[in-house]
Amino acid sequence: MKRSWVFWLPVVVTIALFATFLVALVSPSDRTIVSQLVGQPLPTFEAPAAMPDQAGTNSRDYADGKPRLLNVFASWCGPCVAEIPVLLQLQAMGVEINGVAVHDKPDDLARFLAENGNPYARVGLDKGGRAQMAFGSSGVPETFIIDGKGRVLGQHIGVMTEADIPGIVAQLKGQ
Amino acid sequence: MPRRMLAEFGMAVLWVAASLALLQFALGVAALRGHHADFARTIAPLAVAQAMLCGLAMLVLMGLFLRSDMSVLLVATNSHSAKPWLYKFAGTWGNHEGSMLLWVSILGVAGATVALFERALRADTKIATLTVQASIALGFYAFLLFASNPFARIAGVTEGQGLNPLLQDPGLAFHPPTLYIGYVGMSAAFSFAIGALITRDVTPNFARAMRPWILGAWIFLTIGITAGSYWAYYELGWGGWWFWDPVENASLMPWLAATALLHSVTVLATRDALRTWTIMLSCVAFSMSMVGTFLVRSGILTSVHSFAVDPKRGIFILTLLAIYVCGALVLFALRVGTISEGKRFEPVSREGVLVINNLLLSVILVVVMVGTLYPLALEAFTGQKISVGAPFFNTTTGPLALALIGFMAVGPLLRWRHDEGKVLMRRLAFPLAAAAVALIAVLCFAGAAALLPVMGLAVAAGVAVASVAPMWKRNLARTPLFTWGMVIAHLGCAVSITGMAADSAFTQESLVPMKVGDTRSVGAFRVTFEDVAQVPGPNYDALQATLRAETSNGDSWLFKPALHRFSTPAMVTNEAAIRTFWNGQLYVVLGDERPGNVWVVRMWWKPFVMLIWAGGIMIAGGGFLSLIGRVRRSAQGRKAKGQAVS
Repeated sequence: MKRSWVFWLPVVVTIALFATFLVALVSPSDRTIVSQLVGQPLPTFEAPAAMPDQAGTNSRDYADGKPRLLNVFASWCGPCVAEIPVLLQLQAMGVEINGVAVHDKPDDLARFLAENGNPYARVGLDKGGRAQMAFGSSGVPETFIIDGKGRVLGQHIGVMTEADIPGIVAQLKGQ
Repeated sequence: MPRRMLAEFGMAVLWVAASLALLQFALGVAALRGHHADFARTIAPLAVAQAMLCGLAMLVLMGLFLRSDMSVLLVATNSHSAKPWLYKFAGTWGNHEGSMLLWVSILGVAGATVALFERALRADTKIATLTVQASIALGFYAFLLFASNPFARIAGVTEGQGLNPLLQDPGLAFHPPTLYIGYVGMSAAFSFAIGALITRDVTPNFARAMRPWILGAWIFLTIGITAGSYWAYYELGWGGWWFWDPVENASLMPWLAATALLHSVTVLATRDALRTWTIMLSCVAFSMSMVGTFLVRSGILTSVHSFAVDPKRGIFILTLLAIYVCGALVLFALRVGTISEGKRFEPVSREGVLVINNLLLSVILVVVMVGTLYPLALEAFTGQKISVGAPFFNTTTGPLALALIGFMAVGPLLRWRHDEGKVLMRRLAFPLAAAAVALIAVLCFAGAAALLPVMGLAVAAGVAVASVAPMWKRNLARTPLFTWGMVIAHLGCAVSITGMAADSAFTQESLVPMKVGDTRSVGAFRVTFEDVAQVPGPNYDALQATLRAETSNGDSWLFKPALHRFSTPAMVTNEAAIRTFWNGQLYVVLGDERPGNVWVVRMWWKPFVMLIWAGGIMIAGGGFLSLIGRVRRSAQGRKAKGQAVS
């Protein structure tokens, strides 16, 4: 009686449970939160110039008919370093990119751009993190794709890779 | 050693510790197979050395965090040089890799403690226990070394990304270590059980040796859950103390299993019954701890606890868990025939009621597990998203918990072996009268309240009387500590239930837009919104409101709820202002700003809500007294034996 099948039940239950976990792990649920900003005009923000030879940026720069990217980054952010080559590639393809440096210092920013290259047409400082808060972005780097009327077409959270380039260019051109 | 090499040193130490664990495992297996009796003597020292080295690696990591060494990837991604030192220190385990290293360190310390202090266990069972412990450690060392290196370097970073602001709380210094000691303590119980299965030593003696470990782990789990609940209460600013969030359930499940185990191991130790069940529960309790940790950390459940982990790491851990849990269960199924049936017993007896207690706890465990995992399974297989929340859990577990508490009152009033129903009814007369009086009082004074809280208050009154009843006419000075422990822990349950019921039946809530100068009332207080101002914090900007609460007799208190805006990473947290009075807490939260300088203010009057956590502390304290009592008793037992031999 003791050697009954009942004692194998826990094993079966456990295997079923772990199989469920495995499925949940490999096909992670879709947690993409579509940015509230998509389809909306870019919120009002002010990111004054940090360096003498480069203009800052604010929300009025984006309704001039030209689609472009707005990259939220920081000189103290490791992944942002990794993203610069991708941005430079986009720049070489004729994409205009503006940058907003979050919680940054002018000296650090200048050093960062001198060391890694400067893909930005305009770069502004977001000192209190207010612009970042207005964008509703939760970290750096983050990139907004903006149409010629100053409306947000898309939001890329995290580092962009080379694989993302075609999609972004298509989104910019698609309009 | 140059300071720049500290991270490499930590890594090297970790490798050596892992090698020792491998050696401990291999020599343990050899010793158990009967080869080389000499091997057996090396196991305990190896366990101690392994623990010391792993602890050293943990200290090195703490050092790197305290020094804000941004050349270490983990520090750079989880710390910031401008952070207060306490959060640098606690930030060591406020991330995935660091928390895994802490886990293994505590596991090592548990193994070393078994090696050094465990004397009641049969020698071969002790070796088997330490071997199982080494095998668990090995898996996690492999995970750290191959998939989750805490000492990895990164180049070119001068400043860190900061710690999640929700984690920037003094509680972070205690909450994870406390829960981990609880979880890992369950691993010791598991190792004991598997060890005993291997050496076929499932006896009352083994149960007595295992009991302090279960008790210790259970105390820490109790403290961890109590503290976690209080944290959610004051930090999240929602005014609730338990949300049936999957993460909370993940810590509740091992606690339920451990509570059942604690009582079944007592039956095994005292009456030599429930052998198979106790072994089974040990496996379940540990599996629940591991599955709980996995669910919470892997990111399958989203919460403040899930650190960014890629699926590969998740699969690594899942595989480890599958090996341990399935391995243990298969061994159990194979060996169950060799566990001889324990003693039989009468239904009306203390062990009879303890079996009911175990069954009820198990049913609650299954209900919580189904409620927690069902949405997960549904989404994994069909993609459909549902959420199972408080309505399900309260209606299912509430009545079960009340029944459980009722039996908890009865158990200690019964004798072991056999008792008379009639005698029991006589002993229950007082508690039943207390419950009836409480029920009438609540119905008279409170009027319309929900059924469950009213029943809760009545049952709590009865349980409170019943739980001190075992002390009736006893010489208190000669009552053993573990009996005191039981009485206090059971009384703690009554206290906690009173708090829960009072909170859910009588809380008053007020959600109002207020301008400076406005006055609103909540409970017995009139609250005036006096001011709102910017206040700089160490690493955040705070918007702080000042409210004055007055009672009708003229006493007044200031409340300063605030919104904290953190910069790295950008995030807003809500700091509630809470003041405790003898009969409850006033809880004030500052909400959003509306146009025209209007602020949404949320206030609660929560009568006797503190009793929830006071009860939790009593439960843990009772466990602690029992632990001391048991350890002392077994030490005295050994001494007496020693004298008898000499």
